[in-house]
Amino acid sequence: MILQIAGNVWADAAVRMLIVSLLVPVGVIMLTWVERKVIGRLQQRLGPMRVGPYGLLQGVADTIKLITKEDVRPNTADRWTFELAVFVIVVPVFMAAVALPFTADIFVRNMALGLFYILAVSGLGIVGFVMAGWGSDNKYALLGGVRAGAQLISYEIPLILAAVAVAMLGQSLNLYTLVALQDDTPFIAYQPLAFIIFAIAGLAELYRQPFDIPVAESEVVGGPSVEYSGIRWSMFQMAEFVSLVLISVLASLIFLGGWIWPFSADNAGWLQALLMAIKTTMFILFFMWMRATLPRLRIDQLMALCWQILLPFAFLQIIINGLVLVYDWPDYTLTILSGAAAIAMGTLVYQTARRTGVLYQAPGIAQRVGSVL
Amino acid sequence: MATIDYTIPGERDLETVDIHVNVGPQHPATHGVFRMVLTVDGEVVTDVDPVIGYMHRGNEKLPENCDYRQVIGYHDRTDYLAQFNTEHCFVEAVEKLTGIVPTERSQYIRVILAELNRITSHLMFVGAFGTDLGVFGTSFMYAFRDREYVQEFFEEITGERMMYNYFRPGGVAWDVPENFTERCNQVVGQIKRGLEDLHGLLSNNEVVLARCRGLSRVTVDDAINWGLSGPLLRATGLAHDIRKTEPYSIYDRFDFDIPVGTEGDVLDRMMIRLEEMKQSVRIIEQALRDLPQGPTMAEGMKRILRVPEGEIYMRVESPRGEYGVYMVATGTDKPYRHKVRGASFCNLSALRAMSVGHYLADVVIILGSIDIVLCEVDR
Repeated sequence: MILQIAGNVWADAAVRMLIVSLLVPVGVIMLTWVERKVIGRLQQRLGPMRVGPYGLLQGVADTIKLITKEDVRPNTADRWTFELAVFVIVVPVFMAAVALPFTADIFVRNMALGLFYILAVSGLGIVGFVMAGWGSDNKYALLGGVRAGAQLISYEIPLILAAVAVAMLGQSLNLYTLVALQDDTPFIAYQPLAFIIFAIAGLAELYRQPFDIPVAESEVVGGPSVEYSGIRWSMFQMAEFVSLVLISVLASLIFLGGWIWPFSADNAGWLQALLMAIKTTMFILFFMWMRATLPRLRIDQLMALCWQILLPFAFLQIIINGLVLVYDWPDYTLTILSGAAAIAMGTLVYQTARRTGVLYQAPGIAQRVGSVL
Repeated sequence: MATIDYTIPGERDLETVDIHVNVGPQHPATHGVFRMVLTVDGEVVTDVDPVIGYMHRGNEKLPENCDYRQVIGYHDRTDYLAQFNTEHCFVEAVEKLTGIVPTERSQYIRVILAELNRITSHLMFVGAFGTDLGVFGTSFMYAFRDREYVQEFFEEITGERMMYNYFRPGGVAWDVPENFTERCNQVVGQIKRGLEDLHGLLSNNEVVLARCRGLSRVTVDDAINWGLSGPLLRATGLAHDIRKTEPYSIYDRFDFDIPVGTEGDVLDRMMIRLEEMKQSVRIIEQALRDLPQGPTMAEGMKRILRVPEGEIYMRVESPRGEYGVYMVATGTDKPYRHKVRGASFCNLSALRAMSVGHYLADVVIILGSIDIVLCEVDR
């Protein structure tokens, strides 16, 4: 089934990588337009309408503007940290794209440890965020960079554990194998809890509402990207949107049955692409919907959510999987147990959000500040 | 309770420095040209130093060189989100000093417009507050969609979108258009529908609850000592609304409730404003029902308005709280002394007390919940 474009394996990979790196920026340009349109609709306005029919060329106009804009670097910025940070953010995203298949034929490299590789590489971008925060010599950027770091260690562990649960079920880290196993039932049916954890942690990974804490517009004014302009700033945007697609594709692959479910493994190429396009778009629209409707959590609330709720429940999912696999219980017990745990988690989050106010005096601060008046 | 030592081992050897973060005057969360110098220890704010005055235009001194009717325009420019309320205050002050009795019809028109203006102001608050909370502009768009209907309505009546300059001592500048009642009913219907959207978006949202509930609790005593007024004071549980406690104009003829909070926290402040809009709608509906026909300007008004010697402090309930005018007249056509009590100025003075010890992200919300208008703060 797997086609080879060029004769040599390396030449083949190079051609595929070239196609990816050309297609991705174009995709990002279109995706910014889609996001602006979708959010515009949700906010009862039209979104971009002026450039081209229905504002379709808005992204192109913005790109031209960004490329021709002056590349400003603050005088006091740490030059190399500042200038290299954007590449450290963008490159891992493309590296992850290398291992991510879209359909059985559209891919760059079929890796035996694809899932592991993608999760490992996508965590690298944080170095760039911290570099940008530090190198800009701006306090908003610094706060944003530190927040990004704190956020990463919080969401990354539940995210990975949710993926591990899937890998346990499929007994593989190869995305092809994982997809092939979902020919009659997608893993979301067996792992609803892992899916919810993955979606929440994915939102945090994308810095989208309610987890856009490092880039909070009303607090740190864009966070690490505050001092960047022109094409360097657009790299932040590019990384954000490519990650959006990556997370959506990954979730479609490991939870929704990729290009196979609900049809059979020998789908035609166009049907595979269509299936994946539908599933990915669903996730992308979900993330955009969240962005348009939810307010932002505070950094300590995010950390509490990730460490105190998502992490234990991710472990619970793994334990459930382990029990079912070891004792060879029927498949539906997985669905029941994981579903019950998912409902329990949802109730817990709901109750916590409604019941408690906030812990809003950080420990030790009262003594330091003393009496305010 | 046992005390826990939170110091990290070895922390004493490390030099830690609190940094100053300069929020404003150019910052999306400061609602204008307000500036606060925050001292932050990580994410926790240990000190707040508010800096005001960027918008100072001498709005209290300038009227001392103006004819009484020219002063009305300066009141539009103090609180630019509640222009009719501020005009109402000044016009009532002049009327009380001179003994002019405004006509019935004009009083009703004034109340309807002032209440509609309260709604636009609160809509602005809800929109901007949602943005402070982190909603990606949706609350703002919802609020502004409805605010726009009212703005257009104001424009039809006064010919202006912002600086209406419509109330006059003795009445209003000119009568309202013939289709006033129908248009007003349309606008009120829009507001009612829009309020449901805003409630759906914000007031029952778990993230909003998690962020706002219990944040920056203020007790009644503190609120009184700090001189808070308006929704901030009512959030603490004290039902103090000048429309009820010291009814001016014709507010004693209407049946409406004063929403009060229980906790004094940020959530209560938001919910009170949402509820106040409903109460304003009630007042408007009653006023429309009773709106009499007749002249809109008192008889025997002179071309040049000379106010007899005397002094007065007139206060009204503006959307932000107690808006007051203190005026000394010496029998000429100009006020001798003209002082404005801005509600948001007094409310803002409690910012430091309300926000020290909170997280940086919360200080933004607390500032948003005060609902400042910088033109009124700096004047």
